[in-house]
Amino acid sequence: MRLNLRIWRQAGPEDKGRLVAYRVDDADEDMSFLELLDVLNEKLVLDGDEPVAFDHDCREGICGACSMVINGQPHGPQKATTTCQLHLRHFRDGESITIEPFRAAAFPVVKDLVVDRGALDRIVASGGYISAPTGAAPEAHATPVPKANADRAFTAAACIGCGACVAACPNGSASLFVGAKITHLGELPQGQPERSDRVVRMVETHDAEGFGGCTNTGECTVACPKEIPLDVISQLNRDYLHATTGGRRTA
Amino acid sequence: MTMTNYTDFTIGGPVADTAAPAGPVEERWERRRFGVKLVNPANKRKMKIIVVGTGLAGGSAAASLAELGYQVSSFCYQDSPRRAHSIAAQGGINAAKNYRNDGDSVHRLFYDTVKGGDFRSRESNVHRQADISLQIIDQCVAQGVPFAREYGGLLDTRSFGGAQVSRTFYARGQTGQQLLLGAYQALERQIDAGTVTMYPRHEMLDLIMVDGRARGIVARDLVTGETRSHLADAVVLASGGYGNVFYLSTNAKGCNVTASWRAHRRGALFANPCYTQIHPTCIPVSGDHQSKLTLMSESLRNDGRVWVPERAGDTRPPSDIPESERDYFLERQYPAYGNLVPRDIASRAAKNVCDAGRGVGPTGLGVYLDFAEAINRLGRAAVAAKYGNLFQMYQRITGEDPYVVPMRIFPAVHYTMGGLWVDYDLQSTIPGLFVVGEANFSDHGANRLGASALMQGLADGYFVLPNTIGDYLAGAKLHPVDPGADEVRATEHEVANRIETLLSIDGNRTVDSFHRELGHLLWDQCGMERTDAGLRKALDRIPELRREFWSSVKVPGTGAQLNQSLERAGRVADFLELAELMCLDALHRTESCGGHFRAESQTEDGEAARDDEHFSYVGAWEYMGQGEPPVLHKEDLHFEYVTPSQRSYK
Ligand SMILES: Cc1cc2nc3c(=O)[nH]c(=O)nc-3n(C[C@H](O)[C@H](O)[C@H](O)COP(=O)(O)OP(=O)(O)OC[C@H]3O[C@@H](n4cnc5c(N)ncnc54)[C@H](O)[C@@H]3O)c2cc1C
Ligand code: SF4
Ligand code: FES
Repeated sequence: MRLNLRIWRQAGPEDKGRLVAYRVDDADEDMSFLELLDVLNEKLVLDGDEPVAFDHDCREGICGACSMVINGQPHGPQKATTTCQLHLRHFRDGESITIEPFRAAAFPVVKDLVVDRGALDRIVASGGYISAPTGAAPEAHATPVPKANADRAFTAAACIGCGACVAACPNGSASLFVGAKITHLGELPQGQPERSDRVVRMVETHDAEGFGGCTNTGECTVACPKEIPLDVISQLNRDYLHATTGGRRTA
Repeated sequence: MTMTNYTDFTIGGPVADTAAPAGPVEERWERRRFGVKLVNPANKRKMKIIVVGTGLAGGSAAASLAELGYQVSSFCYQDSPRRAHSIAAQGGINAAKNYRNDGDSVHRLFYDTVKGGDFRSRESNVHRQADISLQIIDQCVAQGVPFAREYGGLLDTRSFGGAQVSRTFYARGQTGQQLLLGAYQALERQIDAGTVTMYPRHEMLDLIMVDGRARGIVARDLVTGETRSHLADAVVLASGGYGNVFYLSTNAKGCNVTASWRAHRRGALFANPCYTQIHPTCIPVSGDHQSKLTLMSESLRNDGRVWVPERAGDTRPPSDIPESERDYFLERQYPAYGNLVPRDIASRAAKNVCDAGRGVGPTGLGVYLDFAEAINRLGRAAVAAKYGNLFQMYQRITGEDPYVVPMRIFPAVHYTMGGLWVDYDLQSTIPGLFVVGEANFSDHGANRLGASALMQGLADGYFVLPNTIGDYLAGAKLHPVDPGADEVRATEHEVANRIETLLSIDGNRTVDSFHRELGHLLWDQCGMERTDAGLRKALDRIPELRREFWSSVKVPGTGAQLNQSLERAGRVADFLELAELMCLDALHRTESCGGHFRAESQTEDGEAARDDEHFSYVGAWEYMGQGEPPVLHKEDLHFEYVTPSQRSYK
């Protein structure tokens, strides 16, 4: 099949960047979207051009590296699918496809489709963990966890940290990402001692990193390849309110 | 100058594991911990350790070492430590908790692993890992890893690959992800505390040696392109496996051997490079554009039946092929185990029918995994409940509905048992260089059992290394290294020159085209089945390919920027050297064992014939220069607790 691509090219953070048109004539509907870019890049290299830079690694929808906006949608048109799992059979022969980086105030462009999502790591560093130094753990069965809590914790823990929620949000908010971690750890008995501290710190870091506030547009959960439910944001808000009005539970 | 052949290797002195304690196997780890020298807490704060890699092994090691008080620098090539390829592990992690009361014990896990490794691993190491497996589950639960639980709130387990007890802990199909997030969060906590300095998007390109010890690395900042040295008191490699040498594998695109290979070139012995694991149930290649392979969980073989058409060249759709013209070859060849034979056997059987022209799908490299019988027997709903997410994943990739059309599967490279040689303390033959996780060779022998790589990575990182590295640091009397020292400058220059060379060749072939060709060659000659003639063919071709690479590769752009072609070029250059060693190792090991099947060494009925008399050793290779014959050092293996026996699945 033949595809007409318009791809965001930006040499570096200082460059203004622009969309550049390319055509791929020998695409195949069994190709993944990233393989389409591989084919284009091989050609660009042989033509003496610079290939399109994009983040990717596992190519099976779990590492969270791939990050592009395809025809206006982070990770493209397929529900619950990362870019690397998207296949060309969902596109028509002759179709035009626009490919841009995940855009957000907190995600500066590094080059072409590659952005810097380090702010998400810094949010986790500020409190997205349970302090359990190696060696100090009690026997695993000492604290049973009701299955319902374990299942809800798991659903939230499935977040791959890709940042599509941020790219989809008109405010550039990472509330779905933060809410997912708050819910994962907050559902577990092990997560209780630091629960209030955690939410306050993560929210403070979120705001300081330049992510916007949540106005409940719900775009995040639609874009999320792991279908993290919107109710993690309500959980985040409840925990935050409790921590800031009810007093922090820990020092 | 006389020409020496790469295959004219020589045999050097034996290599001995001098850190391994003696005594009853179940007391050795305890004894070793008591025997190690301790570093006093005030000194720990002054000591710096570099950890390359943030997967289960490196992430857990960096966090644990920082908790102990060391200053840690942690490196990964991805944009975040959370993206290391451990994230992709699906099935689970073994631990001998015996929560099921089904007869499991540390000794049984030890026994199964030694046997599963086809008697090519060390009893001491395997026992330690089985012992530590108990603590791993405790540690991960304390961190909030959301393992699957039963209604009573206790942890659920399942059975896995061959084991007769239910000891595999899991978190749906995302066990690796959840374990890694636990280690990553512990790591981020230390980053916030200032005890770990994180260098994401940094690639280690060489090891710095001073006075015969590992004292740092040269790394390239993948964003700015700056290469510079980072100095330390000890270096830990946790850089994962090298399955990507085959181009197509279940590894992530960035997985590489560079860190290990550079250390090998600096003197670290590389052990058992030919031991690779080929997983039978992966989604087949769909065309030349294919960039990686996706694993489908082994559990599918519980209900799926594997078959191909009886007649070669039969291109009818599967639904048009009557029962009488189908060959359920695993059931036919292995009536006792049927579709549930171990990984290596299932993989080789699939290869054989495809070689005979009976493979299915557009490329002829595939076999059917058919659920029709299971759907009839159990009903569609029951099959969906068990395998629904896997069916969905399959359909997303292939566009075919496995409820209606049988799945097509084919074996793919999955894991590498070989790696840098380490002693019981996980120290390589270079003092001060430690190796953990898939990057070392230590605990799986010639074949890894399912759900034991996660166990090994976390055992190494959380519990073994933090207890053993101190012995080196306390005893080494290290002086600070001057950043301007000759050894440091020289290594920086070598790295810079290599990058310059790669950029200046400006030939007419892309990096990927070389990688593909190398991958094909290895897959054909050093894959599921190896022969003397095939390996020699590969050993002839690899040096030529390497020369072609260095004279005609095209790497666009400059070194002073994000340059993904340059990153790949460096990795493929190292694969081109490693591949040669893999083939030589496979050639010299004329027995079949575990993942290494030598066609010349089989029983009358076509099964692997191990040769304990001649090959009960670890083959640890010393680098002598590019293309120069390396030197083989043997570490003899002794079995005091598990008596070597031949495997049979008929
Ligand atoms: C698809 C798949 C499924 C699997 N399922 C299971 C399972 O169910 N159970 C099981 O036990 N095992 C499983 N395995 C095996 C297991 O996941 C791996 O062996 C294990 O996770 C490896 O961990 P590691 O920490 O050694 O390396 P990795 O997780 O691969 O981490 C390597 C790290 O090193 C870094 N790195 C590499 N090179 C460099 C360099 N030159 N410079 C800087 N950084 C570098 C990377 O950035 C990364 O952080 C599976 C493997 C695959 C591929
Ligand atoms: S919440 Fe969803 S979209 Fe946001 S980072 Fe996590 S997986 Fe990506
Ligand atoms: S490349 Fe890993 S999620 Fe897409």
